[in-house]
Amino acid sequence: MAVIKYDILVCGGTGCRASESHRLVENLNKELILHNLEKEVKVVTTGCFGFCEKGPIVKIIPDNTFYTQVSPWDANEIIEEHIIKGRKIERLLYVDPTSQLGIDDSKHMDFYKKQLRIALRNCGFINPENIEESISRNGYAALAKVLEHMTPETVIDEIKRSGLRGRGGGGFPTGLKWDIARKNVSDIKYVVCNADEGDPGAFMDRSILEGDPHAVIEAMAICGYCTGANHGLIYIRAEYPLAIKRLRIAIDQAREYGLLGDNILDSGFGFDVELRYGAGAFVCGEETALIHSMEGKRGEPTVKPPFPAEKGYRNKPTNVNNVETFANIPVILLKGAEWFSSIGTEKSKGTKVFALAGKINNVGLIEVPMGTTLREVIFDIGGGIKGGKKFKGVQTGGPSGGCLTEKHLDIPIDFDNLIAAGSMMGSGGLIVMDEDDCMVAMSKFFLEFTVEESCGKCAPCRIGNKRLHEILHRITEGKSSRAELATLKNLCMVIKDTSLCGLGQTSPNPILSTMENFLDEYNDHVDNHKCAAGRCKSLLKYYIDREECIGCTACARACPVNAIVGEKKQLHAINQQICIKCGACMDKCKFNAIVLS
Amino acid sequence: MAKIKTLDDLRRLRDSLRTDMNIRENSEHPDRVVQVRVAMSTCGITSGAKETMDFFVSELKKRQINAVVTQTGCMSYCYAEPTVEITLPGQHPVVFGNVANKKADELIERYIKKGELVDGIIPINHIEVDQNNRRI
Repeated sequence: MAVIKYDILVCGGTGCRASESHRLVENLNKELILHNLEKEVKVVTTGCFGFCEKGPIVKIIPDNTFYTQVSPWDANEIIEEHIIKGRKIERLLYVDPTSQLGIDDSKHMDFYKKQLRIALRNCGFINPENIEESISRNGYAALAKVLEHMTPETVIDEIKRSGLRGRGGGGFPTGLKWDIARKNVSDIKYVVCNADEGDPGAFMDRSILEGDPHAVIEAMAICGYCTGANHGLIYIRAEYPLAIKRLRIAIDQAREYGLLGDNILDSGFGFDVELRYGAGAFVCGEETALIHSMEGKRGEPTVKPPFPAEKGYRNKPTNVNNVETFANIPVILLKGAEWFSSIGTEKSKGTKVFALAGKINNVGLIEVPMGTTLREVIFDIGGGIKGGKKFKGVQTGGPSGGCLTEKHLDIPIDFDNLIAAGSMMGSGGLIVMDEDDCMVAMSKFFLEFTVEESCGKCAPCRIGNKRLHEILHRITEGKSSRAELATLKNLCMVIKDTSLCGLGQTSPNPILSTMENFLDEYNDHVDNHKCAAGRCKSLLKYYIDREECIGCTACARACPVNAIVGEKKQLHAINQQICIKCGACMDKCKFNAIVLS
Repeated sequence: MAKIKTLDDLRRLRDSLRTDMNIRENSEHPDRVVQVRVAMSTCGITSGAKETMDFFVSELKKRQINAVVTQTGCMSYCYAEPTVEITLPGQHPVVFGNVANKKADELIERYIKKGELVDGIIPINHIEVDQNNRRI
């Protein structure tokens, strides 16, 4: 009798698939058949391991060997060396950046040591396209427990006591939200899962749906039971094709197993889930805009109240929660509110998933208890700044959040501390910036995004953000003044106070927080027309060093606008009026005679 | 036709599926379960290490003992192949030599289940050997 001796887990998240992990799976299976091992070794495609920086990831079970950047052509070596001969392949092991030694066991990697995975518990562990792997990991056990033993009131009470707050950004207490939806009387109610993840650099919802779709479906059914809804809708952006595919498979399997549909587990309670696709508008992450979009209307927000819990989808009471919020629910109900509330800080319980992006060594997805400091996240788990450069700031909460600096590194991250520091939790994107980043240019980048994504319904957001962007553009061109900086700040406050929805109310945050923390940089741009980081091209000037130039004419020939003048073997000079700052001369010069300042 | 009609169906299904996932669950916490490492070098394999490993994997599963069975390269006790290193939770690893199926059965029944030391221990300091055996 052959028994499975090895599981080879291969990451099948979007990131690793882009590096051909699905072809690696094919090749591994071919090699197994070639070596007659297909009954002893199982290749499993899983969700995201989180260590996207070094994808594709392969983990060999039971010895926990963690291979990084594995290409489809490594399949043969993995089977012949590791599986057959029991030798680890050194060149594929993760190398610890400090000790420079290969680490063979993922338990010893700094990246995983400080993490606590609740929402991501099954990501990188189970095959998301197989409901049985989910069930064996207690999938749907919470739903069963709820249907068997608990009334909607006791479930809601449990969620309230756990202290779970909405993970989409607002941080509204989830139990309270369910309670309000429950108390509104109606013949039909809806449960909506908000999977419209729009922040640049955020991909936690996508990874949860790709890695553990059953957790979300189960939690939606529980929510339906508590609020009195029988219909669930997942609003997901159409540009997440893999997440959509896995959700479809998961929903079909759940129906086939009788875990969705009428009379689930003989309890009399029925619930079903459908998908609704979004076209990728940032504003549709706002719940009223999301509901309008699902109804086939323009994705524009409306004034609250009425809240969706009173009048939501098709004017019926609707409970909207974020993907990560749902993913926490089954664990809370299985392990208890006390267990969950023992993790985290006083007012923010549990864990939070963060997407690390920007100038950080370990780009990827992590989950840490609330109250972990930014320093631990960026330097211990994230491995510090790329290229050994100096840390400058970190943008939390995407374009709605703010920029935090060195002095904020030691505050424990939770909902309230981030707001006190002038930023916000948002959905959990962390974009790290180093000394080469210009804060004015960074604000401009986020404003560009907001201007693009503004739905145009209310004037402050539609017109105001455009004006903010124009002022920022003038600052980066060196055409602004101190007086305009005051106007900028003033306009920010007006937009914040008068916009209709969250998009406009938070869009000035990047400017306000960078003006608070990096005012010198703004002043430097305005007064001295200088960009210390060298990012604002218009403020840069190319010069020819008198000492170094030998008059080879290479630069003059490379210049596309003929801005460089000078005779052969004579000193050359750049005409600043004509120069377009393309840098072509600098690339061509072999004597380092072109300098930038 | 729904496969799971009642809560008991779900529980039964979960329990029957669990054994397949045990390999992954146990490897999450190898220090909490019995760890068996079988030396699988050329000399080990010719002496029957593969059969020994198969025996451990299938028998531990059959006897419902939570364990992680892995293979390793040469342990350098070529005179006593197949060699097997067993680590009980919270204890030092112990290496046994000449482990064919019969010996393996005895090891499971007496050492793994009851913690009794049996004949065939190779009395060399494990840590030293492991250090010498770094493969590059």
